[in-house]
Amino acid sequence: MQKNLVAVLVFLLTFCSQNISAQDDLMDIFGDEPQGTEYAYGTFKTTRVVLNHSIQSPAPGDLLFIISHHFGHLNEGPYNLFGLDMATIRFGLEYGITNRLSLGIGRGTYKKIFDGHVKYKILQQSSGERNMPFSISYFGSAGINTLKWQDLNRTNYFTSRLTYVHQFLIARKFNNWLSLQLTPTIVHRNLVATTTDQNSVYVMGAGGRLKLSQRVSLNAEYFYLLPGKTADDFDNSLSIGLDIETGGHVFQLFFTNSNPISEHGFITETKGNWLNGDIYFGFNITRTFTLK
Amino acid sequence: MKHLLIFVFFLAATFQVTAQKYITKTGAIQFYSEGAIEKIEAINKQVNAALDIKSGDMVFKVVIKSFEFEKALMQEHFNENYLESDKFPNASFVGKVINIDKMDFSKDGKYEADITGKITIHGVTKDISTKGSLESKNGKITGHSVFNILVKDFKIEIPGAVVKNIAESIEITVNIALDKLK
Repeated sequence: MQKNLVAVLVFLLTFCSQNISAQDDLMDIFGDEPQGTEYAYGTFKTTRVVLNHSIQSPAPGDLLFIISHHFGHLNEGPYNLFGLDMATIRFGLEYGITNRLSLGIGRGTYKKIFDGHVKYKILQQSSGERNMPFSISYFGSAGINTLKWQDLNRTNYFTSRLTYVHQFLIARKFNNWLSLQLTPTIVHRNLVATTTDQNSVYVMGAGGRLKLSQRVSLNAEYFYLLPGKTADDFDNSLSIGLDIETGGHVFQLFFTNSNPISEHGFITETKGNWLNGDIYFGFNITRTFTLK
Repeated sequence: MKHLLIFVFFLAATFQVTAQKYITKTGAIQFYSEGAIEKIEAINKQVNAALDIKSGDMVFKVVIKSFEFEKALMQEHFNENYLESDKFPNASFVGKVINIDKMDFSKDGKYEADITGKITIHGVTKDISTKGSLESKNGKITGHSVFNILVKDFKIEIPGAVVKNIAESIEITVNIALDKLK
């Protein structure tokens, strides 16, 4: 009986002394437990890694206006001011409908393609209560080539103008400085030039960003064409550049061996070779408008 | 019997210690910046706050990522560029209501409070003194205060390009409803 009471006393004493120290530091009441699930944000500065779409989508109610511009290639020499006399451009709009869903349209000079895309976030990287190591989005885009028909004497079908791009954007923000993205891709062209050309081309893309400061990051991106006729005839697209963010705008300045801007062109129809100096200087300017 | 008395005494002592503490985990802190170009507002409704009505000790713990902005882009920039919430996840206040002994929380009443202590934001700690109010009603204590802080005091860098978008002085409004800690 005595022993039991001593035990109770010892227990109560320790309990009380804990309480007294808690009084000294009210802060201890709150503990360090993280509150709920924390979702990764700002994996990339904007909706492009360099040329290709990144995991980033416009926030619901946000409208992005994106101007992309590729000059001519550097090895054109001084007559064309190292490519600056030439230009390929694309204007695009992207709109966030929900947290997961966004839509976009655009028009570029390359093959006068009108394009429209849908981007849907399937999984979102998070930590805390709900742990998810990656973000995964589906990206699907359809393009309409609006060049005049080359041969008016044959039967031309509208469907011959169409190309499709399907991608999974698989990204992870490792920390504040490093984000990487894998981009398995299928490009399907309804009409190709010869019977030996591939209608469907399988491509693996990879890209990432390394933050150099709060507002500047170094980005790079590579698309590997899986072996086939397209891989034999064309080059893999490689781009490297800087993202500079200034509040509502993001400027992306880069060098690439791809002349086409939209995913309907640069992934499967890159002709430039870095080693030969077929390098294009280019930029994207993204402006965010909050409409909601 | 003697032991039982000691037991009861200690039990009473534990109750005594907890009964004078009031806390909340759903306090609200709002801030407001009126720059030349745009107004920036955000609210955090998950503020931790505690008050010891005997000693006057008062603490706040604020999770930076819980601030909600009207524009998603502002929220991203706030976390990523300005407050660097990955590096400095919390802001805090540790201080005292220095005139607490003039307040009686056992009945309804409203009092002017003189608050002084240390505020920590973005890893920088500053001394601060401000006025506020504490109101006791139906066993609850509500607190309210409005004060200003300077962005540059907390080593929050604002680049030249957006200097007109963000005010130098930010108005902070605090509203808390504290319950007795059980």
